[in-house]
Amino acid sequence: MSSVQSKIPGTRESPQREAVGIKRVVKRYGSFEALKGVSLSIADNEFFTLLGPSGCGKTTLLRSIAGFEEVSEGEIALFGSNIATLPPERRPVNTVFQQYALFPHMSVRENVAFGLRMKGVAPAEREVRAAEMLEMVHLSDFADRLPSQLSGGQQQRVALARALAPRPRVLLLDEPLSALDLKLRQAMRVELKQLQETTGITFVFVTHDQEEALAMSDRIAVMSAGEVQQVGNPQAIYEAPINRFVADFIGETNVLPVTVGEITGGVAKVDLAGCRGLTASAPEGVVPGAHHVSIRPERLSLAATGEADLTARVQRVVYLGTDLQLLARLADDTVLTVRLQNSARTSLPRQGEEIGFRIEEGAVRLLVD
Amino acid sequence: MAADPATGSATRGGTGWRELVAPLLLPSWLVIGIFLVVPVALMATYSFLTKDFRGGIVWQFSLDAYDQFFLDRGLFGDEPPQPNWNYIAIFWRSIWQAGLATLLCLVIGFPTAWFIATRNPRHRALWIFLITVPYWVNLLIRTVSMRFLLRDQGPFNEALLALGLVDSPLRIINTDVAVQIGLFYSYLPFMVLPIYAAVERYDFSLSEAARDLYAGPWTTLRVIVLPAVKPGIVAGCILVFVPSLGAFLAPDLLGGARTYMIGSLIDEQFRGSAGNWPFGSAAAMILLTMVLAVLLWHARSAGREQR
Repeated sequence: MSSVQSKIPGTRESPQREAVGIKRVVKRYGSFEALKGVSLSIADNEFFTLLGPSGCGKTTLLRSIAGFEEVSEGEIALFGSNIATLPPERRPVNTVFQQYALFPHMSVRENVAFGLRMKGVAPAEREVRAAEMLEMVHLSDFADRLPSQLSGGQQQRVALARALAPRPRVLLLDEPLSALDLKLRQAMRVELKQLQETTGITFVFVTHDQEEALAMSDRIAVMSAGEVQQVGNPQAIYEAPINRFVADFIGETNVLPVTVGEITGGVAKVDLAGCRGLTASAPEGVVPGAHHVSIRPERLSLAATGEADLTARVQRVVYLGTDLQLLARLADDTVLTVRLQNSARTSLPRQGEEIGFRIEEGAVRLLVD
Repeated sequence: MAADPATGSATRGGTGWRELVAPLLLPSWLVIGIFLVVPVALMATYSFLTKDFRGGIVWQFSLDAYDQFFLDRGLFGDEPPQPNWNYIAIFWRSIWQAGLATLLCLVIGFPTAWFIATRNPRHRALWIFLITVPYWVNLLIRTVSMRFLLRDQGPFNEALLALGLVDSPLRIINTDVAVQIGLFYSYLPFMVLPIYAAVERYDFSLSEAARDLYAGPWTTLRVIVLPAVKPGIVAGCILVFVPSLGAFLAPDLLGGARTYMIGSLIDEQFRGSAGNWPFGSAAAMILLTMVLAVLLWHARSAGREQR
C-alpha cells in the first residue's frame, strides 16, 4: 500500500499553492529501496512533517529535496519546476542539519552571512541581513564568537539563522531538535512554529518524535519502510489512524483483534472479545472478517453499573501522578491498557476485580492490516 | 588519578603518581639526551674548531668554517673578502628542490588521501597498508633501484621507445628531474598519511551545508574543506620538506654533479681524508637553523589560530 492520500475528515483535500511536489520518487541503494515510489504534495506556507521510525526513508526524502541524494526515479518539483537533477547549490531551499554543521573556522556572523556571500549579495546588505537574522534568534551579542564557544541551543539558533538568511522558498529541517535536552526542545517547538508563521516560509520537518510532530505540524506524513502510510493533520493522524502501523506508532493505543460483521456507510459492526454491539468507523476497502481495531487508552472510562461496553479483569494499576494506568485482561486474554484521570472522586480499582468500561463514542477505529 | 579503593585516599594516589613521573620519564630523557642533545652539541662545537688535514679536528677555536661558507678570500686566502655564492647557491637549489618536491607530493598526495579517507571504512586500512608496503624496503635500495628504472637503457625509456613516443632515450638520470622523482617517491607517504588523518576526521556535512548555501564544489573545497584539513596539510608539508632539504641519497644516486644538494655537501665533508669536519658541521648547523626557523614559524602561526 503506497502513498495513501486518505479521505479522512480533517485532511486538506486541495491545498493552496503547491510548494513541493513529489511524484513517484524511488531511491535505490544497490538492491535496497529506501524510497518505494513516494508521492506527496506540500502546500505553500505549510509546516509539513515527515514522521517515522529510523530507517523509514524520511531523511532520504529530505536529502533528495535538498539535492544531497540523487533520486533513482521520479520527480521533485519546487513551485512547479522540476529540480530533481539540479545540484544542491542551484536549489532555492536551505537546510538545518541535525548536528548543525556550522563552519567551525567562521564566526557566528560569517556563518549566517555565508549563503548571502555565495549568492553574491553586496557586503553592506549582507551585514544588515545577517544582523537581522541574529536578532530574530536572539543572538546579536554572540555575532563574533566561534560556534565552538556557544551552547547546543545557541548553535541550533545559528543553524536556523544561517538557513533562513538567504530567504529560501522552502526550509528543510533534519531532526533539528534531537540534540537538545528536553526543556530546550519543548521551548524550541513553540519558537519554531512561531518562526514558520512569521516568515511564511514552507517548513519541511523530519522527526521520529511523534509528540514533536503533533505539536508543531499543519500536516504530517507518517512513513514506514520507504512508503508514506498516511497523510493528514495531527488530529486525523491521531484520531483516525488508517492502519496498524500508524495507530501503533502515534501515541499509545490498544490494537485488538476483532471480527467485523456487516458494514454500512463507513460504520462496521464489530465483535470484540465476546462483546457484541460495538461499532467502529471503517476505512474504505475493509470487508467483513477478522481485523484489528485501535482504541486509545484515554478514550476508555469506568462504566456505571449496567452501562459497560466491555468488561475486563484488572491485572495491575500503575500510579502516574496526573494519570492512572490500568492493565486489564479481556475474556480472550488480550490485555487492555486504560488511562484514567487521577481525580479524588474515583475509587481506585483493585487488582483482580472484574470491572466494566465505557468506550467513548467513535473511539473504536477499524484498521487496514 | 582515581582513588585506590583499598586505601580510599585520592590524595595518596595522586602523590604516588607524581613521584612516579621522574623515574618513568628517565628513559625518554636518556634517549633524547644521548641521541639528540649530545650529537647536536658536538656538531655545534666542531663547527667552531680547526680542521685537521687527514679529516678530523684540532681542538682550537676558529671561525674558519663559517668564514669559508659565506666569504670568498681567493685561492690563497689573501684577497679582500667577497661574498661566496657557491654554497649559498647549493642551499638555494636544495630549498628549491625540496619545495618543488613538497608541492608535487601535495598535488598528488591530497587527492590520494581524500580518495582513501572517503572509501568504505573496511577498505581504508587496506589502502593505507598498500601505501606503506614499499617502505618495508630500505631507502638506499629503493633509490638504487630507481637508478635502474630511469637510466637510458632502463624499462622506462625502453617503454617510451617501444611506444614510439621518443626517438632516442630521454636523459633523466643525473638530472634535476631524476632527483625530483627520487624525492617525490621517497617522501610521498609522509604527505598522504597526515592529510588522510585530517580528511578522515572531517565532517562531510560541512560540505553539504556549504553546497546547500549556494557554494559550488570548488568554492566548497577552497572555503570550507581546505581550512578544515589545513593542519594535516601543514604537517604533511613539513614532513616532506624537512627531510627533502637534507636528503643526500636521491641527489647522490640519481642526480649528477650539477644537482648537488646540502645533504650531499655535508655528507662529503665526513668521508675519508678529503673531508672537512668543522665545515661540514657548520653547514649542518646552518641547515638546522633554517629548519628550526620554518618549524617555529609554523608553531607560531598554529598558536595564533588557536586564539
